[in-house]
Amino acid sequence: MSEKNLLTHQQTFAKVNASLARRRAAERRFIWLGRLAIIASLGFLLLLFGNIGSQGISAFRQTFIALNIHFDPTLLSPEGQHDLETLGKANYNKLVKQALLATFPDVTQRHEKKALYALISSGAQFQLRETLLDNPDLLGQRQTLWLAADDRVDMLIKGEIQLDEHGQSPHFNPKQLNWLQQLQARQLLEKRFNGLFFSNGDSREPELAGILGALMGSFYMLLVTLAFSFPVGVAAAIYLEEFAPVNRWTDWIEININNLAAVPSIVFGLLGLAVFLNFFDLPRSTPLVGGMVLSLMTLPTFIISSRAALKAVPPSIREAALGVGASKLQAIFHHVLPLALPGMLTGTIIGMARALGDTAPLLMIGMVAFIVDIPNGFTEPATALPVQIYLWADSPERAFVEKTSAAIMVLLLFLIAMNAVAVYLRSKLERRW
Amino acid sequence: MILVLLIILISVAAGFMALRKISGLRARQGKPHSPERYYAYYVGLMALTPALIVLTLWNGFEQSWIEEQVIRQLPFDLQSQSSNRIDLLLNDVRNTLSGHFNSTPSAPTQAAVDHYQTAQHQSQSAKTLTVILTALLVAGIGYGQVNIQLRARNRVENWVKVFMIGCALVAVLTTLGIVLSVVFESIRFFQKVPLTDFLFGLNWSPQTAMRTDQVGASGAFGMIPLLAGTLLISSIAMAVAVPIGLLAAIYLSEFSGAKVRAAAKPALEILAGIPTVVYGFFAALTVAPALRGFGADIGLDVASESALSAGLVMGIMIIPFVSSLSDDVMNAVPQSLRDAAYALGATQAETVRHIVVPAALPGIVGSILLAVSRAIGETMIVVMAAGLAAKLTFNPLDAVTTVTVQIVTLLVGDQAFDSPKTLAAFALGMVLFLMTLALNAWALSIVRKYRERYE
Repeated sequence: MSEKNLLTHQQTFAKVNASLARRRAAERRFIWLGRLAIIASLGFLLLLFGNIGSQGISAFRQTFIALNIHFDPTLLSPEGQHDLETLGKANYNKLVKQALLATFPDVTQRHEKKALYALISSGAQFQLRETLLDNPDLLGQRQTLWLAADDRVDMLIKGEIQLDEHGQSPHFNPKQLNWLQQLQARQLLEKRFNGLFFSNGDSREPELAGILGALMGSFYMLLVTLAFSFPVGVAAAIYLEEFAPVNRWTDWIEININNLAAVPSIVFGLLGLAVFLNFFDLPRSTPLVGGMVLSLMTLPTFIISSRAALKAVPPSIREAALGVGASKLQAIFHHVLPLALPGMLTGTIIGMARALGDTAPLLMIGMVAFIVDIPNGFTEPATALPVQIYLWADSPERAFVEKTSAAIMVLLLFLIAMNAVAVYLRSKLERRW
Repeated sequence: MILVLLIILISVAAGFMALRKISGLRARQGKPHSPERYYAYYVGLMALTPALIVLTLWNGFEQSWIEEQVIRQLPFDLQSQSSNRIDLLLNDVRNTLSGHFNSTPSAPTQAAVDHYQTAQHQSQSAKTLTVILTALLVAGIGYGQVNIQLRARNRVENWVKVFMIGCALVAVLTTLGIVLSVVFESIRFFQKVPLTDFLFGLNWSPQTAMRTDQVGASGAFGMIPLLAGTLLISSIAMAVAVPIGLLAAIYLSEFSGAKVRAAAKPALEILAGIPTVVYGFFAALTVAPALRGFGADIGLDVASESALSAGLVMGIMIIPFVSSLSDDVMNAVPQSLRDAAYALGATQAETVRHIVVPAALPGIVGSILLAVSRAIGETMIVVMAAGLAAKLTFNPLDAVTTVTVQIVTLLVGDQAFDSPKTLAAFALGMVLFLMTLALNAWALSIVRKYRERYE
C-alpha cells in the first residue's frame, strides 16, 4: 500500500460530503419512481373501473313506451277457446300494433304503419303473452303496460345517437322522430328500471338481452366445479401433506401440480374438447362439461392452498392426538382438518372466483353458442357470464356496449363479494399459533 | 340418478344392519376390535363402491352398445353402406328421440328408432338389475364378515387412503390427459401437414376449401408468423410489466411503511383478479381507439387492432405477477446483508440497487419468467383486441395475431373434428403447452433453488 493512494480523514469526508447531495437526490428519485409505479397501476385500476362504470350504469335503465293494450279475445282466440294453450300460441303482435295505431290514429298508410311499429321492441309481444298467462282474467280487458322500446329509440333517448343540426338522424325518419316527441310530451315514453336485463336470457335484440341465462349457467358450472374440486383437492392435499413418503414419486407429483397451476387455461379447454366431448361424448355447451374443465383447471390451486392450510396447523396437535391413541387418520380428520378448514375455505372461495371469471376454456367446449333459453339443469346448453360478455362485446349494435359494461359490473360485483367473504372468513376464523 | 340414490340407500341400510349385528355380538362375545361405527362404514362402503364402479363402466359403454344393436338390426342393404351414411342415420334416430326432428321420419329411420328404444330399454333394465344385485351381493359378503375380530377401522382407513391417493393422482392424470390429447391430435395433423412446414413455414392461412378441387385448397400452416406475433405482444407486455412491477415491489418491500404495504399489495393484486375478458373489452373498446386517434394526431398509422393496445393492457394485467413474487423474494433477503451495506455508508437506494436486487435476482428472474409464460398463454385479451390475420412483422403499430387467438378461431364454430383446421389448433396447443411448461419448470426450479439458498 503506497502512501500516495491513502486519503486523509479530511479528504475522505470532503469527498463523501461532495457526493452526498447527488446520492440523496438519487435516493429520492428512486423512491419516487417506486411510488409512481404503484400510483400508475392503481390509477389504471381506477380508470378501468371508472370506464366500465360510466359506460355500463346507463344499461340499468331503459326506455319504455306505455301502451294501452286491449286483450281482445276476438284477436287472440278467434275460435273462442280461452284455455291456456290457445292463449299461449296466440298472436300478440296484433295487440301491440293495434295499441300503437290507437295512440296515433292519424297513421293510415302502410309504410307509415311499418315505421311506427319499428319504434317498439319486437319482443313486446312476449311481454304481453307473459302478462296474460300470469293473469288470464285480463282477457277482454284494457290495461296500460310499459313495453320496451326498440334499442335505437333507447340509444336516442340516452343521447348515444345524436341528432344533426336539422334535428334529423340517419337512424330515424322525420315522422318517427315526431312520434317520439309526441310520446315524450304525453309522458308515454320514459326511462325506467331495466328489469328485463335481470330476467331475460340472451337475445339478438339489445333491448331484450339479459344476463339471467348466463348467470344461471355460471351458477350451475360453479356448483359442478365446487362439488368436484373441493373434495378431491382436500383429499389430495391431505395425502400429499400428511401421508406421502418423501421420495421421487411424490416429488414428481408435487412438481407436476405446481406446473399445472401455471398452464394456460386455454390448454385445459383443449383437454376438455378432446377428452370430455370427443372421447366421452358428453353433451356440448353444457354446464356439466364446463364445470368439469374448470375443476381440472382450479384443482392445482385448491391443492396448493389446502396444503398451505394443513401446514399451518402446528405438529403438536397431531402429536397430542396420536399420544392419546388416535390412529393417524383419526388425528387428521378429528383434529387437524377442522383447524385447517377455514384456511382451505378461503382458498376455495378465491379459486372459485377465478373459475367464475375464466373464459378461454369455455370457448373451446362450445359454450359460445347463442342460447336464449335460461338453463334449468347441468346438461342443458348454457353460456356463462364471462362468455356472455365476450359475445356481447363482439356484437355490432351500439346498444350492446352498455349491456357489456353492465354485465361486467355484475361479474365484478360477484367477484368482489366472493373475495370479500374470503377476506372476512380469513380474519374471522383463521387462528394464529 | 334414481339408481345412484338406490345404491346409496342400500349401502346406508347395509351399514345400519352391520351396526345392529356388531352391537348384538358385543353383548354376547365382548368388545370388538374397532369402534362400532367403523363396521357400519365398512359394510356401507362395500355396498357402495363396486356398484358405483359397475354403474360408471356401464354408462360409459351403453351408448356404443345400443348403437351397435341398432346397426345390426338394420336392413341388409343399409348395413353395407359406408359408415358415414350409418352415422347420419344414427344422428337422425337420436334427433327423433330427443324431439328435435320435426318432419315424420322415413320408414327405415322409424324402424331404427324402434330398435334403438328396445335396446335402450333392455340396457336400462339389465343395468338396474346388475347394479342392484352387485350392491346387495357385496353388502351381503361384507355383512357376513362382520365379527368382533374383524379389523374394520384399519380396512376403512386403508380405503380412505386409497381414495386420497386417487385424488392426488387426478392432477397427474390431468397432465397426462393434456399431453395425450394434444399429442394424438398433433400426430394426426402432422400426417396431413409435414412437421417442417408447420415449424418453419412463414405463411399462415388455414382456410381450407370446401371442395378439394378449389384453388388454394390446401391452406398454409406455417407457425412462424404466429410465434412472432405472440412474442411481439408478450414483449410489449413485459416492457410495461417488468419496470412497473419491479419498482412497485422494491418500493413495497424496502421503502414503504407497514400500513402502505398492507393496503397497496392487495390493491395491486386486484389487477390480477379481474377477469381477462374485462381487460379484453377495455383494450378493444377504449385503448385501441384512443391509440388510433393519438396516432392519427401525430401522423402515425395505427392499426385498429394494433399489437400495442393488446400488449399494453396485457402488461398492466401482468404487473402483480411480477410485483408479488419479486416482493416476496426481496423480503426473503436476510437483513444482515442490508445492515452490512448500511455500515459501509451506502444509502438505502444504493443498498437496494447493489445488494438486495442482485441477491434476489434469481427469484426476480423466476417471477419474470412466470409472467412471460402468463403473457404467452393469455387468451381473451388478444382474442378481443389483437387481429386475426397472420403477418410477419415486428411493428407494434401493426395488427398481428397470436397462437392463442388462432386456437380459438380455429375451434370456435362447428367443423368436422378431423379437418386439418381443427387438428392444427391442437398442434398449436401443443406448442403453447410445451413453451409454457418449459418456462414454468425453469422458473420454478430457479425459485426453488433460490429459496434453499437463504433458508
